[in-house]
Amino acid sequence: MPYPEELKQLIKVVESTRSERVERKKKNEEVPFMSLEERHDILKYHPDFIEEGRRELQVGPSKGYRIAHEMANVLEAKSRVDPAKIDLSKIDYETDVLVIGGGGAGTAAALLAQENGAKVIIATKLRHGDANTMMAEGGIQAATKGHKDSPYFHYLDVMGGGHFKNTPELVETLVNNAPDVIKWLEGLGCNFSKFPDGTLKTIHGGGTSRKRMHFAADITGAEMMRTVRDEARNRSNDISVIEFSPAVELILNEHGQCAGAVLYNLETEEYLVIKAKAVVMATGGCGRLHVQGFMTTNHYGATADGIVMGYRAGVKICFLHTVQYHPTGIVFPEQAEGILITEKFRGSGANLVNIEGQQFVNEREPRDVEASSIIRECVERGKGIPTPTGKRGIWLDSPMIDMLVGPGTVQREFPGKYILYKRFGIDIAKEPMLIYPTLHYQNGGLEFTSDGATALPGLFLGGEVGGGTHGENRLMGNSLLDIMVYGRIAGKSAAEYVKAKAQDGKLSLEHVVKYNKEIDDAGVSDGRIAPMLLPDYTTPEIKKKQLTAHYEGTIR
Amino acid sequence: MSSTEVAVKTEIKARLIPVYIMGKKYEVPETLTIMKAIEYAGYKYIRGCGCRGGVCGACSTVYRKPGDYKIHVGLACQTVVEPDMYLTQIPFYPALRGTYDFTELTGKPEEIFEIYPELFRCVACNACTKVCPMDVQVMDYIAALKQGDIQKAAELSFDCIQCGLCASRCMGELPQYHIAQLARRISGAYLTPRAEHLKTMVANIETGRFNEGLDKLKAMDENTLKKTYQEREMEPATAGEDWAPKDNQYL
Repeated sequence: MPYPEELKQLIKVVESTRSERVERKKKNEEVPFMSLEERHDILKYHPDFIEEGRRELQVGPSKGYRIAHEMANVLEAKSRVDPAKIDLSKIDYETDVLVIGGGGAGTAAALLAQENGAKVIIATKLRHGDANTMMAEGGIQAATKGHKDSPYFHYLDVMGGGHFKNTPELVETLVNNAPDVIKWLEGLGCNFSKFPDGTLKTIHGGGTSRKRMHFAADITGAEMMRTVRDEARNRSNDISVIEFSPAVELILNEHGQCAGAVLYNLETEEYLVIKAKAVVMATGGCGRLHVQGFMTTNHYGATADGIVMGYRAGVKICFLHTVQYHPTGIVFPEQAEGILITEKFRGSGANLVNIEGQQFVNEREPRDVEASSIIRECVERGKGIPTPTGKRGIWLDSPMIDMLVGPGTVQREFPGKYILYKRFGIDIAKEPMLIYPTLHYQNGGLEFTSDGATALPGLFLGGEVGGGTHGENRLMGNSLLDIMVYGRIAGKSAAEYVKAKAQDGKLSLEHVVKYNKEIDDAGVSDGRIAPMLLPDYTTPEIKKKQLTAHYEGTIR
Repeated sequence: MSSTEVAVKTEIKARLIPVYIMGKKYEVPETLTIMKAIEYAGYKYIRGCGCRGGVCGACSTVYRKPGDYKIHVGLACQTVVEPDMYLTQIPFYPALRGTYDFTELTGKPEEIFEIYPELFRCVACNACTKVCPMDVQVMDYIAALKQGDIQKAAELSFDCIQCGLCASRCMGELPQYHIAQLARRISGAYLTPRAEHLKTMVANIETGRFNEGLDKLKAMDENTLKKTYQEREMEPATAGEDWAPKDNQYL
């Protein structure tokens, strides 16, 4: 719906300061970047620092680690299905490499595993490509312009964004492989935005020292995803895809190697056994757990399943004490709530502006700093803009972009968002957007090494499910990079492992039995089961009347 | 105000309006999207719901309105309900996809004609364009392809989310969105110049040019690393393509 009269009045305040702000922008007069001390101070407004929001884990390999309740709830939960009921002697599918998850990381892993001689099955919860990859808009970082940039500076930026806590080897591999990933995608026919001579267009993102954000208009992730998915479909002799069949447990064998998974067919409600010589975990993130009640940008299936499965099988977790809130999610209109507004708007010159029409932060701070500043502006300073549903937000002044770059830029460079808002009767080339931080990314995840391996032999991983690459806070454009770099590495490593190290042996779910017992002994499950698979948005009124419905967790 | 004030589930006070989900009447709040309205009515999604952000193509929906002969379309996650909508989602529609070895293609239109000969079954009825929830000019890109203009087809189809509604309405039974995908890939890989600076950088990394600098950074204690970080030279926001840093030691 269009802005109501009250908001239209407030927009006039934004308009009254706009031309002056555009002039400042033209002269490069920016709000100064914060020092590390100032960053540290403002982070107390970040949801990660709300101590009552988390608790110590009582079970598993990272027992004692304090993480958000919502994440602890899925880790301190029993298996969906009693392992004793699964007949492991009846194999439904068999393959060399099983990839769990059909997003960018999983698909890249499948392609590389196939190129290295493996037969691959991708098992995915929804459709192939239903993933956060598809939704990533802004871009992919890579130091591709040697006259001004190199992996050295990319490395520095990644570390600074992650509060210098990142695992150095993971960062090194990330930045060193970045240009090759862009080249690989270019060769597959991915349409990055370019100048006529083929030079890639690049812009800044929050926390970058050089303009190294490559993009494909404002649907970078979708363009990457549909390209790699199309290529996987060309290789259907070697790569098969099982949709609507999320994995719910890993299967080990008598040698202690990861040797497959139990799948759950969401439509027929069957549990199926898939035997594999190696497994790549690529299940992505956790936005649909709605940590601390936040709205999320994440797709419908982002429920941390891979973390749950890996953790039960003995893989430690790291950096899960931090969760990334994207600074700019839609807070009005309500029906678009939580949807991400790419950082590229800020990179292209749009200011963040409070109710008085004033800037209060540099628009290119790292995400946690930017989000904290917005929360402080609304919560402590009371300078947020009230929405008709009683929330608060901050203006993202998109019309500045047309004034800075030229008329028509917003519509041309941000076609996705332009159309979305147009449907609500809002022209973002003329009116600003109302935004608030939204749950976006799981900074941490399962521990792994730069060859994509985990502590469990035969289990590899790529993408958001892994932790360490981004430390305590990921920079924009490093997630699309992460999924491609580590997806490819995990796929290759898995295929090599299949040839060199995988042993055949009796299949087992003993680790699940043990984990269930540990939960019982600690008395913490409270009847919960995991993985969650899908969030539950059924209203309480409906549930009260579903007198004979049976819910297994969130699924009926 | 706590951060949880911006929470997921807000109390719904809006007026209730009737909508017909696959012909069956439900009263839903008028502010909801079709997707949230279907959930409000008591459905639990397995199919027909993906990114919930308007880019994945899982939730394409067709609907009619009273007294209006037209078929309307929208993404369930992006379209607000209207009174007396008769709606259904079409979460899947079969479409034949050609298989090709991408590395063997060269960018000639004939290659597309060979993989998708049905391209020429198009009767230019424009039903595809009318049904596209992304306002893609589907018929126009098919027309461009018939004339051999792959790049134009790639540009015109760029916003395609591959929901398949075009294929569902096509008189000529074309799989438009698969054809467009091939056109875009060919355009990206074979008809657009490759980035020279990219090749150079990849080659430089392979020769180990940056290893020394990276080793230095990896070995730094946190304080030195912080200092190096804070002192790094920033490319100005308004700098042009040819901007170069003063310090080129690690380039």
